[in-house]
Amino acid sequence: MNMIQAINSAMDVMMERDPTVVVMGEDVGFFGGVFRATAGLQAKYGKNRVFDTPITECGIIGVAVGMGAYGLRPVPEIQFADYIYPALDQLVSEAARLRYRSAGEFIAPMTVRSPFGGGIFGGQTHSQSPEGIFTHCSGIKTVIPSTPYDAKGLLIAAIEDNDPTLFFEPKRIYNGPFDGHYDTPATSWAGHADAQVPTGYYRIPLGKARIARAGDALTVLCYGTMVHVVENVVATLGIDAEIVDLRSLVPLDIDTIEASVKKTGRCLIVHEATRTSGFGAELLAQVQERCFYHLEAPIERVTGFDTPYPHSLEWAYFPGPVRIREAINKIMKD
Amino acid sequence: MSDPTGSGGIEGQPGRNLPPLRLHVPEPPARPGESADFTHFDIPAADAAPRPDEAAQPDAMRDMAYGLIRVLDEDGAAVGAWNPKLPPETLLRMLRTMALTRAFDARMFRAQRQGKTSFYMKSTGEEAVSIGAALALSRDDMCFPSYRQQGILLARDWPLVDMMNQIYSNKGDRLKGRQLPIMYSARDAGFFSISGNLTTQYPQAVGWAMASAARGDTRIAATWCGEGSTAEGDFHSACTFASVYRAPVIMNVVNNQWAISSFSGFAGAESTTFAARAVGYGIAGLRVDGNDILAVYAATRWAADRARSNAGPTLIEHFTYRVEGHSTSDDPTAYRSAEESSLWPLGDPIARLKAHCIGLGIWDEDRHAAMDKELAELVRDAAREAEKNGILGHGLHHPMESMFEDVFEEMPRHLKEQQQQMLDEWKAAGL
Ligand SMILES: Cc1ncc(C[n+]2csc(CCOP(=O)(O)OP(=O)(O)O)c2C)c(N)n1
Repeated sequence: MNMIQAINSAMDVMMERDPTVVVMGEDVGFFGGVFRATAGLQAKYGKNRVFDTPITECGIIGVAVGMGAYGLRPVPEIQFADYIYPALDQLVSEAARLRYRSAGEFIAPMTVRSPFGGGIFGGQTHSQSPEGIFTHCSGIKTVIPSTPYDAKGLLIAAIEDNDPTLFFEPKRIYNGPFDGHYDTPATSWAGHADAQVPTGYYRIPLGKARIARAGDALTVLCYGTMVHVVENVVATLGIDAEIVDLRSLVPLDIDTIEASVKKTGRCLIVHEATRTSGFGAELLAQVQERCFYHLEAPIERVTGFDTPYPHSLEWAYFPGPVRIREAINKIMKD
Repeated sequence: MSDPTGSGGIEGQPGRNLPPLRLHVPEPPARPGESADFTHFDIPAADAAPRPDEAAQPDAMRDMAYGLIRVLDEDGAAVGAWNPKLPPETLLRMLRTMALTRAFDARMFRAQRQGKTSFYMKSTGEEAVSIGAALALSRDDMCFPSYRQQGILLARDWPLVDMMNQIYSNKGDRLKGRQLPIMYSARDAGFFSISGNLTTQYPQAVGWAMASAARGDTRIAATWCGEGSTAEGDFHSACTFASVYRAPVIMNVVNNQWAISSFSGFAGAESTTFAARAVGYGIAGLRVDGNDILAVYAATRWAADRARSNAGPTLIEHFTYRVEGHSTSDDPTAYRSAEESSLWPLGDPIARLKAHCIGLGIWDEDRHAAMDKELAELVRDAAREAEKNGILGHGLHHPMESMFEDVFEEMPRHLKEQQQQMLDEWKAAGL
C-alpha cells in the first residue's frame, strides 16, 4: 500500500470496528477526498457516517467538538494544513481544553487529519508545516507518520485515543519515499519494506519513536518527509548516524531521544517548518537539558527559513540534502 | 506618492469629480446624560403574530423574523395564537425560578463585592429567556449556553451549592477551580461546559444535534449567544451547517441590546433584525418578546417540535434588555443613558408574569413577597454552605497537583515531570 491507501485502510478498519467513528470534511464524501484518502468510505458506510461539509474549517472542527461531546469519534479532514488556521480557535480553545475545563465531564475525542508540508510546488498556501503552533498548546496531541505502515498503525491509535489528535500527513511522500532530489524521477512505495501494510487491525502506540537507522556517530531527530531525505544523505555520506523518526511530537518519546544522544554525543535536528519557535527549538532545549555533559559538539538545526513558503524558490527553501550534508559535516568536525 | 485612484488627481484630493465617500460609524440613540428614547420601537399588539405550522417552510414565514411574538398583553392577559395555555403549576414554577435566579444573582454579585470571588455576571431582566426555554425543552435535550443562562441550571433544579462552589473555585468545585466563575459545566443537567471564547458553542451545538440525528436519537440541542456575538464567524458557520444538514437544533440570539459598551448597532442591528439572519440561510426565524416568558416558552416549544419532527433548525431572537452591567467589572453608566433600563417598554419579565398570575387569581402580592423572602434565605443558606468549602484565594482549593490532571486522559511524561518538579519546589521552600 502507498501512504494514502494505508490511511484509507485505517479509517476503513476503524469504521468497521466502531460505529461511532464518523468521517467528515470538504470533498471527503462522494468524491473521496482531493487526495483520495477517504475513497470508497461513503459507499461502504453511508452518508450518516461519511459526509461532505461546507467550506468552513471553524465550522468543521466546532461541529466535531459537539459530535465528540455527544459520544461519536469524528475524524475530520482539513483539506490542507494551511487551512487549519480558520479552525485554530476551535482546536486550541475548545477541543484541546474541553476535558480540562469540564474536569472530564466532556471530551473531544477527534482525530483531525490534514496533508501538510512542502515539496509539491504548492506555493504559500499548500505547503506549510504548522505543527509547532499546536505542540505549544496544551491538551492536543500531534502525530506525524513517515511510512505507510506507521501511517495506518498510528492513525488507528489516534482514532481510538480519547484526546483530540492532529494527524499531519506528509503529502510529499503520499505516493512514494522522497530522497530530497526533486530533479530525479519520483519513486513509488511499491516494493518498499515499509509499504508492507496488513489489511486488518494493528496499532502503533502514540509517543513511541522509531529508530529508522541505528548508528553510533550522530543522532538525527526528524519526522515526516525529512526522515527519508536524512536517510539518503546519511547513506551517501557513509556516516554511521542514528536516525530517530519521532512519529509523535506530543507525546514525545524523550527516553529514546535521550538514550540515542547520550550514545552518539552529537545531535542534528531537521524539520521543514520555519525555524524560530519551531519544534526544533524545543527538541534542542530538551537535549541540552538532558544530555549536556554527553555532547561533543553543539546541536545543529536544519529547518525551513523564517519566510513565507516561496513558490519558485521552493527547493532553495526546502531543507534538502545540501543543507543537511553541510550541517552533518559541521557537527562531525568538532 | 502616486494617486491611488489612477485618475490624475493630486495627493489628498480625489481626481474624479465625485463627492467624497463617508464612513458610517453607528452611534446609539442616547449616551450618558442624554435622555433615552424607545419611541422608535413600534411594539406590535400581543395577539398580532400569526402562528405558522411547525412544519412550515422557512420561506413561508419570513415575516416572523421581522415581527414580534408576544403572549402577555399590557394588562397581563395571555392572548393570541401563541398562548401556550399553561397550567397554574407551570406558571408558578416559572415565576419561582425567575425569582430564584434573581435572588441568586443578587447574592453572588454581593459575594463578589465582598471579595469572596473574582467575577460575576447577572442576568437581570433576561431571566425569561433561559427559564422559558429550559421549561419548554425536554430534560435530556442538550443545552450549549453562553454565560448569561444560569436560569437553565436553576430550571433544571441543579443544586445551588454546586453552582456556588464553582463560583468560589473551592474544594467542592466539580471543575477543580479551573474555570472563571459562572462558567459552569453540568453534564447531568444537559448543560455543556461554558467557554469564555464567544460563540464557539454555536457550531458545537449543531454538531451535537447532527450526531443525535445521525444516530437516530430523539434528543435535540439548543444554544444561546448574545446579539453582539452574532458577528463571530462561528455563528455563521453554525448557521450554514444547521441549514445544510437540517440539524435538530434551536439557535437562540439573546438581543439584550448591549455587548459590554457596544450597542447592538455594531452587530448590524441598524440594518435588520437578528432573527432575519435566519432568512439568508433558509432557516426558520422567529423574533420573540424576550421579557414575556410565555412567548419564549411557546416559541421554544414550536422550535423543539419542529426539530423533533425533522423539519429543521430554528433561529430565535429574544428581544430583551440588559438591565445591569455586563459583569462585575463593568460600569454601564459610563456609556449609556442611566434611565434607559427603566424606560425599556417590554417591562420586567418577573413583574409581567406576576401580574398575569394575579390576574388569573392564582397568586397575590403577599404570597409574592413571602416567596422573595424565602428565596433570599434559601440562597443565603446555600452560600453559607458553599463557603464552608472555601472562597476564592483562601486556600481551600483542590490539591495543587490537580492542576496537571485532565489535560490528557492519561498524564504524559512531561506533565508528570512538571508536576513532580512543582511539588519538590514547594517542599524545598518549606510549604
Ligand atoms: C472571542 C471573544 N472576543 C471577545 C470577548 C470579550 N467579551 C466578553 S463578553 C463580550 C460582549 C458580548 O456581548 P453579547 O454577545 O451581546 O452578549 P451579552 O454580554 O450582552 O449577553 C465581549 C466582547 C470574548 N469573551 N470572546
